[in-house]
Amino acid sequence: MSFDLPLIWAIVILFGIMMYIMMDGFDLGIGILYPFFTDKTDRDIMMNTIAPVWDGNETWLVLGGAGLLAAFPLAYSVILSAFYMPIILMLLALILRGVAFEFRFKAHEHERHFWDKAFIFGSIVATLFQGLVLGAYINGINVIDGKYAGGPLDWITPFSLFTAAGLVVTYALLGSTWLIMKTSGELQNNSYRLARILAFILLAIIVVVSIWTPLLSNQIAERWFTLPNILWLSPIPLIMAYVFYKLQKSLNDKANISPFIYSLGMVFLGYLGLGISIWPNIIPPNISIYAASSPHSSQSFALFGALIIIPLILAYTAWGYYVFRGKVSKDDHYH
Amino acid sequence: MPDLALDLARIQFGFTISFHIVFPAISIGLASYLLVLEARWLMTRQAVFLDLYHFWVKIFALCFGMGVVSGLVMAYQFGTNWAGFSAFAGSVTGPLLAYEVLTAFFLEAGFLGVMLFGWSRVGPAIHFAATFMVAIGTLISATWILASNSWMHTPQGIEIINGRVIPVDWIAIIFNPSFPYRLIHMVLAAYLATALIVVSAAAWQILKGNSNIGIRKMLSMGMWMVLIVSPLQAIVGDFHGLNTLKYQPAKIAAIEGHWENVPGKASPLVLFGWPDMVEEKNHFEVAIPNLGSLILRHSWTEQIPALKDFSTADRPNSTIVFWTFRVMVGLGLLMILLSLFSLWARWKKNLYHNKFFLRFALVMGPTGIVAMLAGWYTTEIGRQPWIVYGLMRTADAVTKHSVPELSISLTLFIVIYLTIFGTGVIYLLRLLRIGPKPNESLQGDAFSMNKNEVKDFIIAAEFHPPHPMPSERKED
Repeated sequence: MSFDLPLIWAIVILFGIMMYIMMDGFDLGIGILYPFFTDKTDRDIMMNTIAPVWDGNETWLVLGGAGLLAAFPLAYSVILSAFYMPIILMLLALILRGVAFEFRFKAHEHERHFWDKAFIFGSIVATLFQGLVLGAYINGINVIDGKYAGGPLDWITPFSLFTAAGLVVTYALLGSTWLIMKTSGELQNNSYRLARILAFILLAIIVVVSIWTPLLSNQIAERWFTLPNILWLSPIPLIMAYVFYKLQKSLNDKANISPFIYSLGMVFLGYLGLGISIWPNIIPPNISIYAASSPHSSQSFALFGALIIIPLILAYTAWGYYVFRGKVSKDDHYH
Repeated sequence: MPDLALDLARIQFGFTISFHIVFPAISIGLASYLLVLEARWLMTRQAVFLDLYHFWVKIFALCFGMGVVSGLVMAYQFGTNWAGFSAFAGSVTGPLLAYEVLTAFFLEAGFLGVMLFGWSRVGPAIHFAATFMVAIGTLISATWILASNSWMHTPQGIEIINGRVIPVDWIAIIFNPSFPYRLIHMVLAAYLATALIVVSAAAWQILKGNSNIGIRKMLSMGMWMVLIVSPLQAIVGDFHGLNTLKYQPAKIAAIEGHWENVPGKASPLVLFGWPDMVEEKNHFEVAIPNLGSLILRHSWTEQIPALKDFSTADRPNSTIVFWTFRVMVGLGLLMILLSLFSLWARWKKNLYHNKFFLRFALVMGPTGIVAMLAGWYTTEIGRQPWIVYGLMRTADAVTKHSVPELSISLTLFIVIYLTIFGTGVIYLLRLLRIGPKPNESLQGDAFSMNKNEVKDFIIAAEFHPPHPMPSERKED
């Protein structure tokens, strides 16, 4: 077989992480937006919109970890060791918000506020640390002899702090447009208002990151600003501008579904841009997917399953969303 | 040579996985139980089965949620703390974990939503299919993770090139020698632990004077399960032990606290003692001559392995595994005793009234989980000092984080896990204290425990019994 296995695996993992960012993004976004909705009924509805699906969304994160271990064990061990603290803290925050789904509805009346706070705190903190890891990852990891050679706090940089804030806004936008799609009345109206502001902030953040990343490294600057790359990469910012315009228009038109689709589009394009900046490295700045690959027999064995099963997963996940389609109102007692 | 960073990393892994494993084990047991309940309901249309389903699905959801979030930690901890292991053996454990995610985690998560919240959106057949998928998912998950774990005990099907494991034969890797025994032993342990919890919850209700048909059904179904599984588990455990004797003799020597053989004499069985790893002997030893050879070798002459046959660097800690093994076996014997007691009580027709039996069943509630953890400590600590038996030492696998870093993370894990999962257990006990009620399925409200939130549940007409009874809510 002459398939380029590392390449295919890199695409599979990038796809898995993209699914995670989009799908867990909107349900983390609900937690981030909780402070803006204080009414208990509103909060019940918000949680009910994601209760049947959050768990599947989070599974993409597990796939990201497992896929990385299977196909690029060197990258898995180095990246996770480098980002020890932020990853542990992110996981603990995800625990806090994950149990809030169950606990909130099982708590006595006077205990509930605690799990509301845990849900908010967990969602925001998990997102912040994911953003910190993302920024620090783009900054690059110091590797000597296949082992992490940096310090325990290398992940705190001005850029990573910025991407952390950026990811909170990203998820909040996805959450707000998800609510537009799944709710009605006052709750939906407030979501329109929030989405409009969040979209503007996200656009500003994307612009700043687009300027900042080429300044971080010559490699990234060359990727984007040399011929012929600049010609076939230039549509990306143009499409981004167009999607942003369509998003604002759909919000003004009070559309139900399209704001969510367009905000997913913005996130996808941003993700694509970062991917192009780093490619083909799996540990920036200089370890490529080929250098970090697991043996051929590992990659081919796992890929066989991945290529057959991922389409099935997508099919029954879509069916799950279809079963719970439509608006959620206060009369839906999922809980 | 003491290595504090290594010890902290090991404690952190042991702590997080001990918490984690309890929840998937109960999820495995409860998912199968729910499948049986729903199947029984579909066959008989007796409301009691649907009521019990609605009661236990609340507990299942709670355990499943805690299993998911604590499991996420496990999927990343191999990299955060065991970089050496991941770089060395990720080529084997990675694909196995990936298959677990692809074939099990997504399946469970994908159908869990319908199972928990789909009552008004799908009909009974589809709902049953969703329960089936979730139940199968839990078993598939156990299969992959135990293949991976067993391979770390009895590795085969690989080559080592340039200090990295290269998989050669995946069938040999998955079906490694200890895998079948470990898988069956663990799944039975999950079923046993769950059945004991179900039985204990029912016994508690009856002792309180609260006995309805659902509660009696729980007790009866659970006790049949314990009766079938507990003796079976003892037999499977024995085979598992013989398999360990063949592939990991040092572990058996440590479990038995057996230090040295006298030439030409059969080995004794140490019943009681305190193995001392430094002085290389047992304190307070009570031993029966020849019995060790008889049990493990089925022979009057053949000796069992002794700890002194292995260099000090290759010995597992006998002080710990000697005792964890005896806790497991002792509790297992009590489970068999309980199941025989239940048989006698059934014959005497006082299963639901025999106070002594009910109290015995009540206190046995947590023992399935305790025995399971004790068993895991035995096999995992018994594998030491190796992380991949014979191929890589645990000390070479650990990421070199600093002691302060590890202290912070371990403290956070302990504080947060105790708070979160402690609260989870309190909520679980609250649910068990309320117990299943007639019409549980119609008061619906699949989750909330707050009486004032209990509204008539929206449930598709097909799920209603022929003559729906008024909701109990009006009496509250």
